[in-house]
Amino acid sequence: MKLELRGITKRFGSLIANDHIDLVVKPGEIHALLGENGAGKSTLMNVLYGLYQADDGEILLDDEVQHFAGPGDAMNAGIGMVHQHFMLIPVFTVAENVMLGHEQTKGLGRLDLAAARARVREIGSQFGFDVDPDALVEDLPVGVQQRVEIIKALSRDAKVLVFDEPTAVLTPQETDELMVIMGQLRDAGTSIVFITHKLREVREIADRITIIRLGKVVGEAEPTATNAELASLMVGRSVELTVHKEHSEPGEAALIVKDLSVVDAVGQLVVNSVSFEVHHGEILAIAGVQGNGQTELSEAIIGLQDDVRGTIILDGKSLVGLSVSKVLDAGVGFVPEDRNVDGLVGEFTIAENLMLDRSDNEPFVKRGTLQLSYLNTFAEEKAKEFDVRSQGIQTPVGRLSGGNQQKVVLARELSRDLRLFLAAQPTRGIDVGSIEFVHKRIVETRDAGVPVIVVSTELDEVTALADRIAVMYRGSIVGIVPGNTSRDVLGLMMTGEVPAEITTTDSIEGALL
Amino acid sequence: MSDSMNPSGIDTGVPDVTRTLDSSGPGTATQHERPDSSNGLATTIVKSWKAPIGFAVFTLIALVLFVILGRDGDSTFTLSADSDLIQLPDITVAARLTGIIVTVLMAVITVVAFLRVRADRRVPLWLTALLGVLFLFAFLTWVDAGASLPVQVPGLLVGMVSLSVPLIFGAMGGVISERVGVVNVAIEGQLLGGAFVAAVVASITQQPLLGLVAAAVAGAAVSFVLAAFAIKYLVDQVIVGVVLNVLVIGLTNFLYSQVLSKNAELLNSPPRFDRINIPILSEIPIIGPTLFRQTIIVYLMYIAVAAVYFALFHTRWGLRVRAVGEHPQAADTVGINVNSTRFWNVLLAGAITGFGGAYFTLGSVGAFNKEMTAGAGYIALAAVIFGQWDPIRATLAALLFGFASNLQNALGIIGSPVPSEFMLMLPYLLTIFAVAGLVGRSRGPAASGRPYIKS
Repeated sequence: MKLELRGITKRFGSLIANDHIDLVVKPGEIHALLGENGAGKSTLMNVLYGLYQADDGEILLDDEVQHFAGPGDAMNAGIGMVHQHFMLIPVFTVAENVMLGHEQTKGLGRLDLAAARARVREIGSQFGFDVDPDALVEDLPVGVQQRVEIIKALSRDAKVLVFDEPTAVLTPQETDELMVIMGQLRDAGTSIVFITHKLREVREIADRITIIRLGKVVGEAEPTATNAELASLMVGRSVELTVHKEHSEPGEAALIVKDLSVVDAVGQLVVNSVSFEVHHGEILAIAGVQGNGQTELSEAIIGLQDDVRGTIILDGKSLVGLSVSKVLDAGVGFVPEDRNVDGLVGEFTIAENLMLDRSDNEPFVKRGTLQLSYLNTFAEEKAKEFDVRSQGIQTPVGRLSGGNQQKVVLARELSRDLRLFLAAQPTRGIDVGSIEFVHKRIVETRDAGVPVIVVSTELDEVTALADRIAVMYRGSIVGIVPGNTSRDVLGLMMTGEVPAEITTTDSIEGALL
Repeated sequence: MSDSMNPSGIDTGVPDVTRTLDSSGPGTATQHERPDSSNGLATTIVKSWKAPIGFAVFTLIALVLFVILGRDGDSTFTLSADSDLIQLPDITVAARLTGIIVTVLMAVITVVAFLRVRADRRVPLWLTALLGVLFLFAFLTWVDAGASLPVQVPGLLVGMVSLSVPLIFGAMGGVISERVGVVNVAIEGQLLGGAFVAAVVASITQQPLLGLVAAAVAGAAVSFVLAAFAIKYLVDQVIVGVVLNVLVIGLTNFLYSQVLSKNAELLNSPPRFDRINIPILSEIPIIGPTLFRQTIIVYLMYIAVAAVYFALFHTRWGLRVRAVGEHPQAADTVGINVNSTRFWNVLLAGAITGFGGAYFTLGSVGAFNKEMTAGAGYIALAAVIFGQWDPIRATLAALLFGFASNLQNALGIIGSPVPSEFMLMLPYLLTIFAVAGLVGRSRGPAASGRPYIKS
């Protein structure tokens, strides 16, 4: 089925998320929609899927104008969507999720689960996935959940399939498998829209590429285009894709984590007996697919987890059991993985956010009173130093772009005397320019002799920054390998396997070999 | 019941080792055979000492009450009424001896519970139930020791069902409403509104059935306000619910004193439903009089519980209701209209609860009184949570609360040594313990209480 979007415009208040976007997707092609976070890709697809109503423009399927009042209409017209955040009900089985919304029934209005199971198996065998129709979705690994999403779309005879950032949650191996599936679907005649900001994937699978920047189509490209070409189209200027980093000169071990376990509220070992060291002047990256214990590990170090067992020693001082403020006083700088939830108060100004974790003593507070003039001077200085672009330090942080928000977090954490810097997903959801800046500051921090931990699910970021890489899988560290380890090996380790030819090591000497 | 159809729908996630009151209910066995590693994480047992400590407290009470303060004399339990076809003989036991034996048994159960927890194992629900029944038996024996009147077991049970009817209807309304994602604190108001309207309509028309229908309409009307504010205007659901309860109390009080009490003959003397004996079934000893010599409202309740259970877990309607309450956005993306599903089902929940209100005026009391629901709606709400949002378990929980309420009546007749004020407190005390203590963390519908706003 041929999909055509003509002049789609969508406004949110004064913000134009989509500005007269034209797009044609032919049957049997994979059309990549490439753009930075916030470029308007997801908005466009939500318009296509009937979740938003376009302010202007039209959607055509096989040259017929369509009107979608809701997702139901879009589905009936043959559009299927694999959402970035899966639209699956965790406590339902696979079959129930697949049948939801177009249930078949038998006598007395009973659900015909047998038919739904058969449908799951039929579609599954067609594409070679083996999904148990009776498994509960919440028990399935993320990669399999995504297949359930695909089956769900196909069970409604989708002819146009939209994949919204499908690889964000997958291991490299799962990503490869997804690429194969997308190829199969294309060969079966499905039109595919593939939304992403990852250049490598686009070049690997796409037949055509449309690039969106700030809500507008800025160009088309062939899959043969280079990374640098694509990146400069996406960002609007030429960008540096590699991180400049000198060879590290690690010193003494500063942070020693030994047999650390974190138990969650229902008694699961979300972090399972983890041991590692971080030395002065080195970056240890903690890699792994989202949800393998990295979040809990970083929260354990900063003091946010309740049930922590084992030892965390920073420069000879134990951090286990200390309150967050004591941990901060001990010299730990922390960039939380979700800055909007944990890092910033959106309604507060840039200046106020810059003193959030130093609100009980000098220099910001004297005798219980805020030192506003000092704060303002400080904020002006930091905003300049960290290139926070805004209409002034009194702007509420919530109004800044993701990249500028992250710079505020970074400015606050790096302006203290640090003994350890812990950055979780430091570049998540920020623009390429800010990514460059954040990476530069992280490397500078390392070069100043501070031990750095970077927790990241982005393999590119891990390999760009790390001196050593610890890979986490299901709460344990699979192994700690040198920073120049190949993506293939890291990908395998992210699935819990240790390749035979790799000797993992926790010692500096091993890392420097 | 097939394996795939999860009958409770809620008890399925991560193996929950802290839960003391585990589901040994129907059909859940398969869930627990799933290996703990289903999501790949090792588990460590978070030991929960709640159950054994609770057991120990009750054993201690038993020791003090039944042994140290034990009363001599015999206690008699009557199992059949004179009118029954099949007569069971009375049971007579020696009070102090029974107290000693029961206390010893309870101590054994407590030790078993301690050992199980120490060995990182769960304390099963049946052990808790056994302890409860033993304690209850000893308590009744102690109360009746030397008394001239026997403990009427059928009377105890009939009273339990009678007091449970509004609770069960309310719990059904609560289950549906919460499953679809709207917290229904307004059960109390729906019951009271139903009771009031049923009395008035049945009095004027002299048709109890019309009163019943009117009660459902009244319940739905209260729900309409809840739904409108919670779904359309996004007001906090708990606050709307509480305000509605207060509003209905105020409104019915006002109308009662200004209108009803002045024209009691015309407006507040509804005809009551007659009891209907179901042939054969009503002659089964104990069960017959308890369940099958009831009014049409009670039979309607049996149908309601079965229907809600079947519909919630085996029909398209139920699948969609649960989907909307768990993950409204996912439901939206497959073409289900979240807000209208919520709206209509909250109305349905109100209508079902309304039937329970009618039972006050058309089934048991026979006239409307000020604030006659006396907190039944809140207890029904507790039954929903205690029953883990499952219609069958919520019904059992409501029966438990009904039994606790009725105990006071039964003991009053015998002449209890326990002050009646204390016994009046019992159902509420039980509610608090049940919800706070025993359930531990139970998982409700994920999106319950959260309005769905399309971005």
